Amino acid sequence: MRRTRSRFVITALAFGYAFLYVPLASVIFYSFNDSRLATVWGGFSTRWYGELFRNDLVLDAAYLSLRIALFSATLATILGTMAGLALARFGTFRGRTLFSGMITSPLVMPEVITGLSLLLLFVSLQSLIGWPSQRGFSTITIAHTTFAMAYVTVIVRSRLTAMDLSLEEAAMDLGGRPLRVLFDITLPLIAPAMIAGWLLAFTLSLDDLVLASFVSGPGGTTLPMLIFSKIKLGVTPDINALATVIIVIVSSGVMISWWASRR
Amino acid sequence: MADGTGFIQIRGVSKHFGDFVAVDSVDLDIQRGELFSILGGSGCGKTTLLRMMAGFETPTSGQIFIDDVDVSHQPPYQRPVNMMFQSYAIFPHMTVEKNIAYGLRKENVARLEIESRVHAILQLVQLDDFAQRMPDQLSGGQRQRVALARALVKQPKVLLLDEPLAALDKKLREQTQFELMNIQDKLGITFIVVTHDQEEAMILSSRIAVMDRGRFRQIGTPKEVYEYPVSRFVADFIGTINLFDGVVETVDGRIATVKAEDTDVPLNCEADARLCPGDKVCVAVRPEKIFISKNAPDDPDDTALKGVVEDLGYFGNLSLYRIRLPGGKMIQVSAQNRHRSAERSLDWDDDIYISWRARSAALLLE
Amino acid sequence: MMSKQADRFWRRVIVAAPYVWLFVFFLVPFAIIFKISLADPQIAQPPFTPTFDESGSLSITFDSFLFLLSDKLYIVTYLKSLLMASVATVLCLLLGFPMAYGIARSATRVRNLLLLLIILPFWISFLLRVYAWMGLLNNYGVINNTLMWLGAIEQPLQLIYTDFAVYLGLVYSYLPFMILPLYASLERMDLDLIDAAQDLGATPSQAFWNITLPLAKPGVIAGCLLVFIPTIGEYVVPYLLGGPESLMIGRVLFDEFFVNRDWPLASSVAMVLLTLLVVPIVFLQRNQARQNEAAA
Repeated sequence: MRRTRSRFVITALAFGYAFLYVPLASVIFYSFNDSRLATVWGGFSTRWYGELFRNDLVLDAAYLSLRIALFSATLATILGTMAGLALARFGTFRGRTLFSGMITSPLVMPEVITGLSLLLLFVSLQSLIGWPSQRGFSTITIAHTTFAMAYVTVIVRSRLTAMDLSLEEAAMDLGGRPLRVLFDITLPLIAPAMIAGWLLAFTLSLDDLVLASFVSGPGGTTLPMLIFSKIKLGVTPDINALATVIIVIVSSGVMISWWASRR
Repeated sequence: MADGTGFIQIRGVSKHFGDFVAVDSVDLDIQRGELFSILGGSGCGKTTLLRMMAGFETPTSGQIFIDDVDVSHQPPYQRPVNMMFQSYAIFPHMTVEKNIAYGLRKENVARLEIESRVHAILQLVQLDDFAQRMPDQLSGGQRQRVALARALVKQPKVLLLDEPLAALDKKLREQTQFELMNIQDKLGITFIVVTHDQEEAMILSSRIAVMDRGRFRQIGTPKEVYEYPVSRFVADFIGTINLFDGVVETVDGRIATVKAEDTDVPLNCEADARLCPGDKVCVAVRPEKIFISKNAPDDPDDTALKGVVEDLGYFGNLSLYRIRLPGGKMIQVSAQNRHRSAERSLDWDDDIYISWRARSAALLLE
Repeated sequence: MMSKQADRFWRRVIVAAPYVWLFVFFLVPFAIIFKISLADPQIAQPPFTPTFDESGSLSITFDSFLFLLSDKLYIVTYLKSLLMASVATVLCLLLGFPMAYGIARSATRVRNLLLLLIILPFWISFLLRVYAWMGLLNNYGVINNTLMWLGAIEQPLQLIYTDFAVYLGLVYSYLPFMILPLYASLERMDLDLIDAAQDLGATPSQAFWNITLPLAKPGVIAGCLLVFIPTIGEYVVPYLLGGPESLMIGRVLFDEFFVNRDWPLASSVAMVLLTLLVVPIVFLQRNQARQNEAAA
């Protein structure tokens, strides 16, 4: 089928992609800037990268963020897949509308509201049962899981609805009980969606600022929180280096997985 | 309680989806070893009925017995029934061998036995070399055979086939038709086929049930259904038919004459003991039962009508004619091209006679 | 039968686990916000009056709500947030629609790559991307430097800390949220329909307005809501790129909570915001439900 392309559309596309990528290019470019003034070029240098890797604060925050991301992504994937299964395969059940509403709301709710609500929950819990006494790793993980779960559900659910139902029926016809069919047939076939969901949850967690700011406590500084406090003081060159590192890691990760999925 | 007539007994089975009645209180007996077809257009309820037999739907009312056991509410994984799905439903993440072995593994059959049974069935469907292939490396016809093998290897009492030949091209379809019949003959398993393709049903089956809007309109052998339809619907659904509405004039021994609306000449048909003059009937004649010729027929018992050739189509082995009767009614006639000749025997706008033997016409009361 | 009960048990577990989690960590907190919005702030830990005082009677006050409604600052900020969110949504739509359209009509081989390139920035830290814009828009940032170097301007333009910068940041961050649902809707459309329209005498532009746009409606609605709803409560972008007149409600909430330590007031800000959002959120859910049915 021949596809005509109007010049307008091509221009829009070009502009759009440039719009998306120019800022990133600029950051990468200036990460090699020797000058302390972030945007005045002072010569090529990699010193900011060196400083970055010697900065304990940054490394600690990064470590915390990674741990939180790993846990919350895994938990979110498990719960999100369950929710996706329930919505796509279980037909009507009691409380389905409420369930469906709860699942998709975190997707659109402004983070300040979810953050505030969770913090208030933790504070109330603390006065009621004494936990959590220290806000940090666990509270942030809970917050991120709740938030990311919605994304995983959407991805898994759409993959489930697109999947040929007769595959599961055939398995049942051949003698597989529903639970076995779930593990033999359904899960392997939605595995790509689950992985995509996990990666998305991981990224969302790693990237989150607002939720973490609300529900964290002393000693629980995540990488975005650290970056934010630095940025508030102004554009600094070592942030450029950090940004470039993240951009490169993420881009290569995404490109590799795309290339791998094409084979 | 099953009342001991068929291997498969369907008693008063209905299926309602809200207000919509998909299957309307049907009864059916299928004998062991039959190749039975349920034939109908889309939306007639045949697929719903099939799914009820497989266990994917439960009847709203009624019962289904297989080999004297009431299976109406049994889940699919407990029934001695297996299904070949229209989309084949081959598990894309398993090899051909694993696909076929799946059902046996669910039965906890010993590993060695699984291997030998899978091997045997692969030979039966002629896919011995394909055991380790992945489904996306197979052609449509091969995938169908895997689906068939996967269902058969469990030696079910009944095999259900949902539009088995629909996705195949013409040549493959013919081949597969005969293969299916052979396999069924060899294994002796009861096959139930659901299809909308009447040719398929006619060739494959020992008996056909014609279904329309949730009910069976006629159940019989292919010959019975074709030559002795009980209603306009069945007559019209299977093959082509010419229908004449009219009223019975006389009944004289074995011949009845019918005064038809669209013709000036009364039509002769085979009489039925129940007929009386004055009954409203429909005379049904198949195109191949009609003779066409430039000369009038001699036998007075035959019905003869004059007409004009409106259209003709040459198919090599036969010719199809559309004849316009004086009243304007169109009749379809087919004739085998018995003689080899470069010229057409009949041409457009020729005046001709069509005729048929009295017993070639069926009388339909509804 | 034993196994049937086992199946039913696991079914319940699969539904219950996420249900309970969300109920506790998503729904209950909203009830708590509501409760606290009805309290008075006080110097204590936690910094608000309990709902039931020592004598056990209900002690609630609508003071924070009344304060909200009386102080012009809050009302103006709500309206400003609604305005900015709307404008950002429209801008996303204007840029996103042609892009989604272009991707949907591109050759299948290229399409995945194009989609990937849309999603890729999304995977890169949101914070850092906003930061990148700071570098570009700054008084001595890339854009100003380039313009001055080219001789186009003498003094740096005030680009950052303006509404303009906030819009830029918002569109930048939320564009993928607009493009993806639009793309999904457009991709599903049968291209023959446009050809048929043109065959019947419609100009390309008419075909677009009569055929393409109406058919893409679910995608447009989803995209707009997915941008509009979270944008209203945006915090980071207005903070980093906006000026004093670009005050948005997300910032107000944050400040009331962390800077003024007025939890009841922050809670009432949240309650009002939630009320504003209920209608669009329900609308979005309905739209999604309809989409899911159509796809199934």
